[in-house]
Amino acid sequence: MIFVIQKGTWVKIEQQVLDSTQRAPQLPDDTKKVPFMMWTKGFLVEDSEMNGDATVETLTGRHVSGSLKEVEPSYDHNYGTYIPELIRIGKDLRKERWGGDING
Amino acid sequence: MAKDFSYEAVMSRRPEIMKASVGIDYSQFEQDGIGFDYERMMKETGYTLAEMQEIQGKTGVGNTPLFEMHNMTALARKYAPKGKGARIFIKDEAGNPSGSFKARRAANAVYHAKKLGYKGVIAATSGNYGAAVASQAAMHGLKCIIVQECYDSHYVGQPEIIEKARKCEAYGAEVVQTSVGPELFYIFLKLLEETGYFNASLYTPFGIAGVETLGYEIAMQFREREGKDPDVVVCTNAGGGNLTGTARGLIKAGAVETQVVAASVDLTGLHMASDTDFNRKSFTTGHTGFGMPFATNPDRSDVPRSAARSLRYMDRYVLVNQGEVFYMTEALAQLEGLERGPAGNTALAAAFALAQEMDENQIILVQETEYTGAGKHIQAQLTFALENGIEIFFGNPDDEVKGKNIILPENPSMMKARDVDMNKLKASYIKNIAAKAEDKVLLEDDITFLVQETKSTDDFVRDEVKKLGYQVRQN
Ligand SMILES: Cc1ncc(COP(=O)(O)O)c(C=O)c1O
Repeated sequence: MIFVIQKGTWVKIEQQVLDSTQRAPQLPDDTKKVPFMMWTKGFLVEDSEMNGDATVETLTGRHVSGSLKEVEPSYDHNYGTYIPELIRIGKDLRKERWGGDING
Repeated sequence: MAKDFSYEAVMSRRPEIMKASVGIDYSQFEQDGIGFDYERMMKETGYTLAEMQEIQGKTGVGNTPLFEMHNMTALARKYAPKGKGARIFIKDEAGNPSGSFKARRAANAVYHAKKLGYKGVIAATSGNYGAAVASQAAMHGLKCIIVQECYDSHYVGQPEIIEKARKCEAYGAEVVQTSVGPELFYIFLKLLEETGYFNASLYTPFGIAGVETLGYEIAMQFREREGKDPDVVVCTNAGGGNLTGTARGLIKAGAVETQVVAASVDLTGLHMASDTDFNRKSFTTGHTGFGMPFATNPDRSDVPRSAARSLRYMDRYVLVNQGEVFYMTEALAQLEGLERGPAGNTALAAAFALAQEMDENQIILVQETEYTGAGKHIQAQLTFALENGIEIFFGNPDDEVKGKNIILPENPSMMKARDVDMNKLKASYIKNIAAKAEDKVLLEDDITFLVQETKSTDDFVRDEVKKLGYQVRQN
């Protein structure tokens, strides 16, 4: 099934800027093996297919083309998961500073 | 004919693009030989201290509070020899509009762009500077593009950098992201050419001069509060602008006795352009991956001559490990009730150790903090480290293997500031810069330049260049 995303939708596109053979000579091997990529967000200029060619108009009014990667991209970075070491640091420090079990 | 925007074509137009986008003809400051007139460049292209204070004041930048870290000091004294343990202070730069001292740099750069009539500004940065430029651009009604290196080849992003993208967008900026690699510079140049926007580089004279207000404020605040200048100021060091601007500001205030110490997180062994190492770093700034190359070869940035020249001002350079900075970040929250971003606490980790070498009546200042938030937080960063196979445990921080583990000090007494050999650093600078001389011949003026650049002596420089096989000739 093909998903068509409507013109005007806020999306993220992906573009391969350099393939692995075109990369800077001084790079370490692991980086040289992979292409150099770029991601841009903007409003779709035309109805476009998911993962297909697409052009966006960015916030500064530039037109950029690439493949349609994400629709209505948003953020989900967070405060991570439980890290037991942090609780121990807090307890240790309070004890070192204030002594005893007052705040322990 | 349409302009050629291929990699080679754009890179070959670099000098013209640079010139058009910063509005400075750097060639006027070049001297015969390898040097240039740094002070004249700062004077003729920068702003006076009073002008900068006004520019920054109008956008709410600067005049951040100074806090004494009573509990940190008490703790440090527990481990110090009797009579030792300087008072630790912190300048809460997170209070700036965009959440870090970078607002000072951006305020001047964006003001300058607006004055020159540019319609927008562009900066290549994955750090706090992007947020700072975006915030200033919002205030001045200029368009803004931030280019950031963000994802590895598996499209896994550094949480701290993703948070920075969010913050830039919150201020209305366009964010262009790339995978790992210095070719980001090509994108940056292409954008400058395509848009005709101003290059709000971190390294222009106005950007660096923008940090002078920080050094100046430090001296004024201490004189008012303590009746004296701080004995030591510790600066988290990467590209060197933080230290350079702060030191220049201190000098402008007459605080010439204050010792200026650089502190970086030691990431030795991780390659900065490596796709696999990219997400094994738990710090994206304030580390040796920038600190060392920029100190020993400052003109590697996005302008022909960097105004950030840390070796001119650095009295000492110390390294701390990742686990120690995370530990101190937690200590700042748990003992001082201040939750701040980890990278900015690099200098704090160093200060905790350095304070123990100093007398009790002395003062050591950590000259900045940065904001914290989702992604850019000790817990988020440690979680990300675990996801990338990095082990986290308590032990001796000296045993930390970068990219493999993060060792939290078993006890605060294990915190250390490890000295970088300043003479080696200076020698390395001299080697890099002298290499620009033709036919292994240096001029007398070059020697003077190298002495100033390394804050060293005539004898030291002559000795080094002799070892390297250079001849010295009259101009
Ligand atoms: C919070 C913070 N501290 C310190 C630094 C280091 O500043 P500089 O690159 O000027 O040495 C940075 C810059 O990335 C930063 O964001």
